[in-house]
Amino acid sequence: MIETINLTKKYGSFTALDSLNLKIAKGTVFGFVGHNGAGKSTTFSILATLLAPTSGTAYVNGYDVTKEPKKVRNHIGYMPDFFGVYDQFKTVEYLDFYGASYGIPKSERDKLIPQLLELVNLANKKDEYVDVLSRGMKQRLCLARSLIHDPEVLILDEPASGLDPRARIEMREILKELKKMGKTIIISSHILPELAEMCDEIGVITNGKLVASGSVASIQKQLQANKIIHVRISGQLDQAIAFFEDDPKISGIIKHDKYEDTLLFSYTGTDEEQMDLLKKAILKDLQIVSFSEEETDLEDVFLEITKGVDFS
Amino acid sequence: MKSLLINPVLNKEIKLRFRSFKGFLGVFFYLVALGIIAIGFIVVNTMYSQVAIFSPEQSRIMFMVLSVVQMALILFMTPGLTSGVISGERERQTLNILLTTPQSSTSIVLSKLISSISYLLLMIISSMPLYSIVFLFGGVSPSLLLTTFGYYLITMITIGSLGVLFSTLIRRTIVSTIVTYGLALFLTAGTAFLTIVFFEMFFYQNSQTVLPYFTAMVNPAIILISSFEPYMLQEIQQRTGIDFPLVASFIITYASITILSLWISIKKLRPKMKAKKGSGKHE
Repeated sequence: MIETINLTKKYGSFTALDSLNLKIAKGTVFGFVGHNGAGKSTTFSILATLLAPTSGTAYVNGYDVTKEPKKVRNHIGYMPDFFGVYDQFKTVEYLDFYGASYGIPKSERDKLIPQLLELVNLANKKDEYVDVLSRGMKQRLCLARSLIHDPEVLILDEPASGLDPRARIEMREILKELKKMGKTIIISSHILPELAEMCDEIGVITNGKLVASGSVASIQKQLQANKIIHVRISGQLDQAIAFFEDDPKISGIIKHDKYEDTLLFSYTGTDEEQMDLLKKAILKDLQIVSFSEEETDLEDVFLEITKGVDFS
Repeated sequence: MKSLLINPVLNKEIKLRFRSFKGFLGVFFYLVALGIIAIGFIVVNTMYSQVAIFSPEQSRIMFMVLSVVQMALILFMTPGLTSGVISGERERQTLNILLTTPQSSTSIVLSKLISSISYLLLMIISSMPLYSIVFLFGGVSPSLLLTTFGYYLITMITIGSLGVLFSTLIRRTIVSTIVTYGLALFLTAGTAFLTIVFFEMFFYQNSQTVLPYFTAMVNPAIILISSFEPYMLQEIQQRTGIDFPLVASFIITYASITILSLWISIKKLRPKMKAKKGSGKHE
């Protein structure tokens, strides 16, 4: 459905995208994760035929984006991370304009637009000027717009950015609906936990390179080998630090920045080894109040994967 | 052709332009400006004469004044209306979305130009009743009026195309507007000045030069005035020794500028992709 082969984009000497290889099957929801400037939007722009790659190829639905951009445009619904609207249009007119742009006949547009507005919960705003809609509503309107020609592929660049929690939930529900409809969706977001719930697969990109990709579970497993443990101690912290430092599977011991009696470290041992560690610590009279594993979510996965990567 | 005339961008542009209060105000002030000049001209000409007569000769002069003012207004408005059509969408972040629709670059660029020109045409057509004053007093033939309007149209389209070109090439509207105004100013005041300078320079040296011909042929104001005063054309052609009619050179040059500007705009609107080879279908 979507495939990129050694996709590279350079701006002068700066490499925005470095030999990106992606393969996204039909019906997959693919989450694209990365910090600002990692190359997500560049990838999306190339897929949306807005940017020519320096080298490499990208296919959408089997069509080469550089050789048959017009066919690609008919198969994608693209939502940019930043977009504007024509203020003087009413909601219905706005959608009607884009419907016409895709060559959909007027009679069909008239049937289609109320359905789309229903899908994105804007049916009651159909005669409002686009100008007066809230940010979340505009975002949903833009999503409705990208669906008007019933594309198989949706390219959504940060569709939930700048939305309040309620609006984000609404956006997520709509995306779930679209997933049910069998659309192939490639989506980027910096709100990772939300992506995790929706996505079948995730790709992590830093400095234009794909550093990890796979199912959400497999990426989470990568992290599980490396857990963060919190230990709260009443009394001598130095003694505890000296004890934990001896374990070869422990690294990066620090004091919690908020709670002075708590230590944090990264641990690579198995569950059994962790049990032993705790037992030994108690036998050593370390006066442990609590010993717990940090809840990990995708945010941490991301930070973990991108650790040590030079962001400058 | 049908898809060029009835197309979404053109529809949208016309709808948004004519819907806004600004569009109405534009026409209003345009007519007020022209009206004040026309009526002011009559008042000034009859105020001090013993008998309140407005002769056909005066009417002819009034027509010339009106036409020149109208040309000046067109030259003043066209850059403003066209130099932001593409960059404005880029700045409002609507261009990207528009470019991901399957509409051809040609239809987007032409629609933008046509809608701007149609607004200018509305202004000019709505100014026609003012010209009826001229016809009331006589002195001007309808064909001269048509010729004048023909020159307006050519000027609008060419300056408009240049506006669209700069709007496509330059990212920021403000810069594109300044460049377009600069060029419009050069094509009028600049070339008029050069024409005079060249004539003066070579007149005293008693030698012939072709230079003023070229500076005059791109100047819509000189072309317009020469349609009222045909001796001007003869003068220029005689002094430069070029027999080819100046008006024809004007039309050819402006048509070429228009075609070239629009062609570059269409090519540059979207990024340059690789040449089409084979079907491009994968798998």
